[in-house]
Amino acid sequence: MSVLSAFAVLIDGLVYAAYLFIVAIGLTLIFGVMKILNVAHGSFFTFGAYGAASAVGIYFNRGLPDAGGYLLMVLFAMALGLVLGLILERGIMRWVYGRDEVVMVLVTYAAFLILEDVVILVWGPGSYATYQPLLAAGNIEIGELVVSNYDLGLIAAAAVLAAIYYWALKFTRYGRLLTAVIFDRETAAAFGINVRVVYTVTFVIGAMLGALGGAIMAPKIAVTLGIGVEVIVLAFAVVAIGGMGSIEGALAGALIVGICRAATVHLVPQVELFVIYAVMALVLMIRPYGLFVRAQPRKI
Amino acid sequence: MLFGGSARGRACCWLVLFVSWLGVVPTQAQNAPSGGTVKLGIVSFLTGPAAAPFGIPGRNGAEIMIEAMNAGKVPAPFNKPGFGGSTIEAKYIDETGSTANVVTEFRNLVQRDQVDAVVGYVSSGSCLAVTPVAEELRALTVLYDCGTPRIFEEKPRSYVFRVSPHATMDNVAAARYLLAKKSDVTSYSGINQNYAWGQDSWRDFTAAMQVLAPNVAVDKVLFPKLFAGEYGAEISTLLTSKSQVLHTSFYDGDLEAFIYQGQARALDKRMTIIATTGEAAIWRLRDKMPSGTIVGARGPHGPLAPDSEFNRWFQKIYSDRYSIPPTYPAYQMAMSLLGLKLAYEKAKTEKDKTGEAKPTTDEVAAAFKGIEFEGPSGSVKLAIGDGHQGISETAYGTYRFNKEKNEPEIVDIVRFPAECVNPPAGVKADDWIKGGMKGAKC
Amino acid sequence: MARRDRIAAGSAFVAAAAAAFVLPDWMISLATIALANGLVVLGLIVMWRAGLVSFGQALYYCMGGYAVALLGRWAGVTDAFLLVLVGGLSAAVVSFLVGFLLARYREIFFAMLSLALSMILYGLLVKTESLGSTDGLNVIVPTFLGYAPHREKLLVALYLLVVVVCAAAALLTHAYFRSLAGALAIPVRDNEIRVEFLGMSVSRLIHTKLVISGMLAGIGGALAALAVGHVDPNMSYWTTSGEFVFITILAGAGSVGAAFVGSLAFESVRSFAFAMLPQLWQMLLGSVLLLTILFLPQGLGSLIKRLHWGRGAKAP
Repeated sequence: MSVLSAFAVLIDGLVYAAYLFIVAIGLTLIFGVMKILNVAHGSFFTFGAYGAASAVGIYFNRGLPDAGGYLLMVLFAMALGLVLGLILERGIMRWVYGRDEVVMVLVTYAAFLILEDVVILVWGPGSYATYQPLLAAGNIEIGELVVSNYDLGLIAAAAVLAAIYYWALKFTRYGRLLTAVIFDRETAAAFGINVRVVYTVTFVIGAMLGALGGAIMAPKIAVTLGIGVEVIVLAFAVVAIGGMGSIEGALAGALIVGICRAATVHLVPQVELFVIYAVMALVLMIRPYGLFVRAQPRKI
Repeated sequence: MLFGGSARGRACCWLVLFVSWLGVVPTQAQNAPSGGTVKLGIVSFLTGPAAAPFGIPGRNGAEIMIEAMNAGKVPAPFNKPGFGGSTIEAKYIDETGSTANVVTEFRNLVQRDQVDAVVGYVSSGSCLAVTPVAEELRALTVLYDCGTPRIFEEKPRSYVFRVSPHATMDNVAAARYLLAKKSDVTSYSGINQNYAWGQDSWRDFTAAMQVLAPNVAVDKVLFPKLFAGEYGAEISTLLTSKSQVLHTSFYDGDLEAFIYQGQARALDKRMTIIATTGEAAIWRLRDKMPSGTIVGARGPHGPLAPDSEFNRWFQKIYSDRYSIPPTYPAYQMAMSLLGLKLAYEKAKTEKDKTGEAKPTTDEVAAAFKGIEFEGPSGSVKLAIGDGHQGISETAYGTYRFNKEKNEPEIVDIVRFPAECVNPPAGVKADDWIKGGMKGAKC
Repeated sequence: MARRDRIAAGSAFVAAAAAAFVLPDWMISLATIALANGLVVLGLIVMWRAGLVSFGQALYYCMGGYAVALLGRWAGVTDAFLLVLVGGLSAAVVSFLVGFLLARYREIFFAMLSLALSMILYGLLVKTESLGSTDGLNVIVPTFLGYAPHREKLLVALYLLVVVVCAAAALLTHAYFRSLAGALAIPVRDNEIRVEFLGMSVSRLIHTKLVISGMLAGIGGALAALAVGHVDPNMSYWTTSGEFVFITILAGAGSVGAAFVGSLAFESVRSFAFAMLPQLWQMLLGSVLLLTILFLPQGLGSLIKRLHWGRGAKAP
């Protein structure tokens, strides 16, 4: 494999990893804190993407400066995520806390089905193209390879997000509260932490992150029905590989899957279809709880 | 223990079950058709990613065509109202779901709703699953969009028809057009979705190229997942390739994403893209579709359709209603309905000179066999598959965005006669191409 | 089995069989597919009692279906009983092998790993053009020990076959629940380590349950393949598994009959949603399921009571 190909694999891997990371981070947060595998995360992604599509559609045709468009896209999507997260959490989730884990997953699945059709009601069944941010960013040439600046921006965005997340979790008061709740909900509650409020805030942040993922990806893909379904499985796989509730895990999982997939496409394109599942199966075989797992006390 | 832990639980179970069945039964009672109407079941994707590019245009094409038929406004010889005087009633069903769902809904249409004919199906998987059931139930079925040649190659059929030519001609014609316009090509690559449609398209294209130009080499063969949406790695691979031409059977959503991502990285400056179903996307991509892209429409549809009164009429009624010009699925649906109408009326005239009695399914099927007519997409003849499968000419062109008119247009159109790009009767499509396309009349 | 239950079971069986001659064709075909799916749900119930939820039953379902399709196509076998048996056995073999790996996992990771395995099969099938890729394969018309019916009679014959197989499976599973291995499911779910200390091998127990549920799913897939007449890789996709899990929750994992009742209810609701709201059926389905979980716990309620407080768990 030539140096250029190796470089291409690295860049492609990082871009794909950035995409996976942004999408998975919200999911792993919700799971870590609330122990719910949120299938509706796909809906947050979808709403973020459609919201970005609408925002871009309104903005870019007016000849206003490009930078504002990016900001608007992101803010609009996150606002949608906020609203949606609140509605879902206050309206549905809080009635089912305390029930069996699988029941919670299915409640989120029901919510996902409903929201898929809400998208049709609001935006119609057609697909939307929001390519302006992608093309406006331009590209740079590295030898034979042409890399889009938008993709590089994506990598930067993911890195920044990871950094913020890490800092927030370790160095802010709220972050430490969250860590406590992730570790042991009962003890945290015994210490006076208002776990219910923490749940709501976490869910909403998770929703906003999911929507952000959708908004960032929207210019690259065709915003159409069904994008949520694909994303859910990818996010689940990344989180399973990395370990549920772990931010380092999401990062590691995203990087592993991203680079593996990029390498597969360049070298062995035939197996690209299930490389992510094969990787997940492999990792789980070696480390049954994912790569970064917290030690769990054993109940006798 | 066998039926639930509590009496209340059991009762609730049965109540839910009973209520849901209750909801289904009245729809059956309402759906027995009266003598003066013809009931059609129209099936296409109304939800999911295939809805926007194929299912919805197909559905809209059906709706507008049926309205025009009922009003008697279709140009002659189709100007009789409805089907031979009987008003057409349509029921629209979503093709989404597993094959079991699709088959169940087909049975529901035929047995519960008692439709006179079913027109539909975009996915080849659905078509293959529904065909034996249609034969078993003796239900007249017209497949409008799915491309697999297997339907009539596996077994002779009596009640299943397909007016639209199958997908083989798309890729054979693509190969011919490429070699006509770019005879200096030395290497080509392909990016197709990794499922039956993409695999079949690539196989047909490479086999045709192998016969027509054996010296041209194949470089990168990419098969990303269906609806992957993100093609960064694939584009990088193509940028490092030496091919001049890229073949793709991507359609709308994936095609758009690929084009945008490719444009952002100047891929279109390196390679000419052949998009076998590109026509469906030109109205949305507009100036973003690279000029020079070789574009097909799965047949002579849209801008590749021969200019005729009929075509112009169809474009007008469709765009007036849906504010966007009709794309090829709409054309395919229109042609399918016209074929069905013609067969119906032919059967009716033969059966009863006063034109009152309704022809039976067998009579319509007999009239449908081998039928030949002209519609918005030009002429079609059900010449292969024992008179059940249509062939027509096809066309390919090169895309240009006309900056003065601010409109997409396709130029350099080359038409390929039906017998040039379709296998002759009795020969399997695959075998025909591999065997050197014997009998092709170009 | 309590006398009341025996009467209920017997009358249900007779009613189901008699329905074949009374109900319209489209209902029979719907019921056939629903009951075949009910077998998969039964397998899920077997596992759920031990605290495991598999999101990968589609793997065995698909295997059973493809076994039937390929046997018919390559070996010309048409006997329905033989086909279903082979379908079930091939799925059982696969679940036996896979079980060595899966039995080590619990909870969400069990679910994810089982999902991954079913998606790997999906990927393999899609890639394999000789097996039809996503277009799938058509299944031959079955015969029944020499009897070769057509059209309506075929429909009725298939339906009766499915009813008989489901009844047999229900009885056997019920017997299993009353056996030691079956009864140990609930203690395993509550606290595995104590069960180990009692001298039982938990992983062997779970492995057995995996094989049973795999076999049931394979039989269900084989029957569904015969009923629909077509198999495709989508049978192995995770949304198929998700549907089965959904029906399981809907039905409640407390009883054997609930699997079939739940499956019938789900198919009916879905068909109803399709007919009433062609573009918004997902919303209707999701709402119905949500409302059922929230307000009509039925099987759900009694299950949860038993899960969390062990109350009302009377011996079957």
